[in-house]
Amino acid sequence: MNQIFSSKNLKLLTNPLNLENPITVQVLGICSALAVTVKMKPAFVMAVSVTIVTAFSNLIIALLRKSIPMRIRIIVQLVVIAALVILVDQILKAFVFDVSKQLSVFVGLIITNCIIMGRLEAFAMANKPWDSFVDGIGNGLGYGWILIVISFIRELLGSGTVWNYPVMEKLGLYSGGYVNNGLMIAPPMALILVGVIIWIQRSRSKSLIEKK
Amino acid sequence: MNKSNTYIFIYSTVLVALVATLLALAANVLKPLQQKNLEIAKKLEILHSVNKGWDVSSADSKNAYVDGEYAKYITESLAVNYKGDTLKGIDAFTVDPNDEMDKDSTQRAYPIYICHLEDGSLNYIFPVLGKGLWGPIWGYVALKDDRNTIFGVFFDHQGETPGLGAEINTRWFQEPFSGKRIFNESGAFVSISIVKMNEPRDPEHTVDAISGGTITSKGLEKTIFDCMKNYLPFLSNSK
Repeated sequence: MNQIFSSKNLKLLTNPLNLENPITVQVLGICSALAVTVKMKPAFVMAVSVTIVTAFSNLIIALLRKSIPMRIRIIVQLVVIAALVILVDQILKAFVFDVSKQLSVFVGLIITNCIIMGRLEAFAMANKPWDSFVDGIGNGLGYGWILIVISFIRELLGSGTVWNYPVMEKLGLYSGGYVNNGLMIAPPMALILVGVIIWIQRSRSKSLIEKK
Repeated sequence: MNKSNTYIFIYSTVLVALVATLLALAANVLKPLQQKNLEIAKKLEILHSVNKGWDVSSADSKNAYVDGEYAKYITESLAVNYKGDTLKGIDAFTVDPNDEMDKDSTQRAYPIYICHLEDGSLNYIFPVLGKGLWGPIWGYVALKDDRNTIFGVFFDHQGETPGLGAEINTRWFQEPFSGKRIFNESGAFVSISIVKMNEPRDPEHTVDAISGGTITSKGLEKTIFDCMKNYLPFLSNSK
């Protein structure tokens, strides 16, 4: 068991959450971070979907890595990712139809999410299956927690709800003249929030700041 | 790792064949569930247009609840042609207005759902389908027995701007449609106008547009007009 979660593996899991975060440090996967974070529920499903796809495509590519011909490796990676994404999409359509309707094209667009391709090229092609799987989970979660935080703020301030629970109404703020901020629902607010998270992160971890 | 061309060729063929088999298998296994979901979603939208089916989130089994409510209220469905004659041998529920759009207007089937409420009142429900700002918008318009007064409406959209055009699927936008009339006093078809602040209002034929959602609002106005126009022969046939 100590083999399975060695300190190296633990790092693979925790580094993407902060110092190697795909969104705030590597600035990948921004497009979907803007698109699906209006409400928490779709953002959560998206985070889970991306984590699953990243983890399993990493695993599969790591298993195949010695047999994949170098010249067509990108195509092989794409086939694996696309197959997994279509599977996830089909499963969402069958079991959580409402959420799949809200996510609409963005599930399919996981295929083009740079995080996944990036991890396959940078990690899975050169590492063992289990390490790659953990790396995939870590990067999926690193992407996911940013999505959850952004969608929490956007849903609370933009729609006055948390996971569709009417918080602001229960607090009685509307009768006191409180109004939802429509700007929060618009896509640019997601970018600004990502910017704020990057700002906080860099002020806490000076090592992230580029040297001139 | 450089491999021979033969290896690459065989490798990619096997990989693609494997993936294709897997996906085809998954699609076949999940298809019945997906189709049931689509059917339930459609039934729920039809029920919403007559102000039913709102307790769906508290129901134990969504499918059973929707099927039950649908069977209870939507007693009959039919499809008419452009002359308003009933088409025989067509299950109106399976008619997809989207597919019908591709046909010549004389060949189309126009579905109508007939709803009996508890108080004995009769409503005709008509599907509408058109364009918003970013993509398709659709819905159902329920007319009372006089085939003129709107009993209720339900609209939805694929990807209108959240907070603006997307508001067409909310109750506050839809409720004012109730009681409006699609024919004026002299019996001419005027449909419903969705008007901005500075446009003239008419208590019988206009509802308020959404601020910031003008293109969606106007798109919906055109959608209702265009689709209801197709039913004019049916609406005047049995007056």
